[in-house]
Amino acid sequence: MNGERRVLIACGTAIATATVVAEKVKEIAKEAGIPVKVAQCKAAEVRGRIATFDPHVIVATTPVPKDLGIPVFNGVPFLSGVGMDALKAQIIEALKKA
Amino acid sequence: MKATQKQAETRQPWVREDLVIVPMRAKSAADAIAQLGARLQTGGFVKDTWTQATIEREKTFATGLPTPEVGVAIPHADVEHVLQQAIAVGVLEKPVEFGEMGNPDSTVPVRIVCALAVARSELLVTLLQQLVEMFQSPGVLSQIAGARSPAEIVEIFDHHIQIE
Repeated sequence: MNGERRVLIACGTAIATATVVAEKVKEIAKEAGIPVKVAQCKAAEVRGRIATFDPHVIVATTPVPKDLGIPVFNGVPFLSGVGMDALKAQIIEALKKA
Repeated sequence: MKATQKQAETRQPWVREDLVIVPMRAKSAADAIAQLGARLQTGGFVKDTWTQATIEREKTFATGLPTPEVGVAIPHADVEHVLQQAIAVGVLEKPVEFGEMGNPDSTVPVRIVCALAVARSELLVTLLQQLVEMFQSPGVLSQIAGARSPAEIVEIFDHHIQIE
């Protein structure tokens, strides 16, 4: 693995839950020593942002299409606290593999 | 002294006793939203469009969170339906099913409904961060679910939600 990993965070409005999740993703990547660049968008904008931002991983708090060809994680555990440790581990693993 | 006064002036509580329904009886998520919306409207916090907008938004972007102790939902509408910031809280006697956030095929049994009236979207981010911290603090949700009076609920929220 070398270079910056790009993570696209999608939610309903691109503002509220995406911002909370983006902060968490930055935090766990820093802990794992992985440099990341994070962008936020609305769920409806995901395809367009894939073309321009070229993310390695997508974390979404609202449903996004399943056929994107990029690992997609449900980011709601960052909000509910349930399953958060497992999600952190999965995202870090995906970032390392990317 | 001056600083304390200023703080007291700028810190308005998000939850007021007249915005709390405990215990609440509702037959559906929409019913719960409508009851809390009525309180917010009476208090002058939201426009009469808030309830319908929130029920509609819930269909596309569900807000039920499967938190560990007690299910919570944070229904809200876009800022254009809001006049002034507040949170109306309903503690249900029996849970109602809310759609699960991020997972359209699933529902969450919810006992604590926090109806958010947020007039500026950047404020929603801060509020959400503090709510998430609060939901993840061990024991807090059980404390809310076990509260017997609006005053208890106001105190718990006031302790955890501190936005200038």
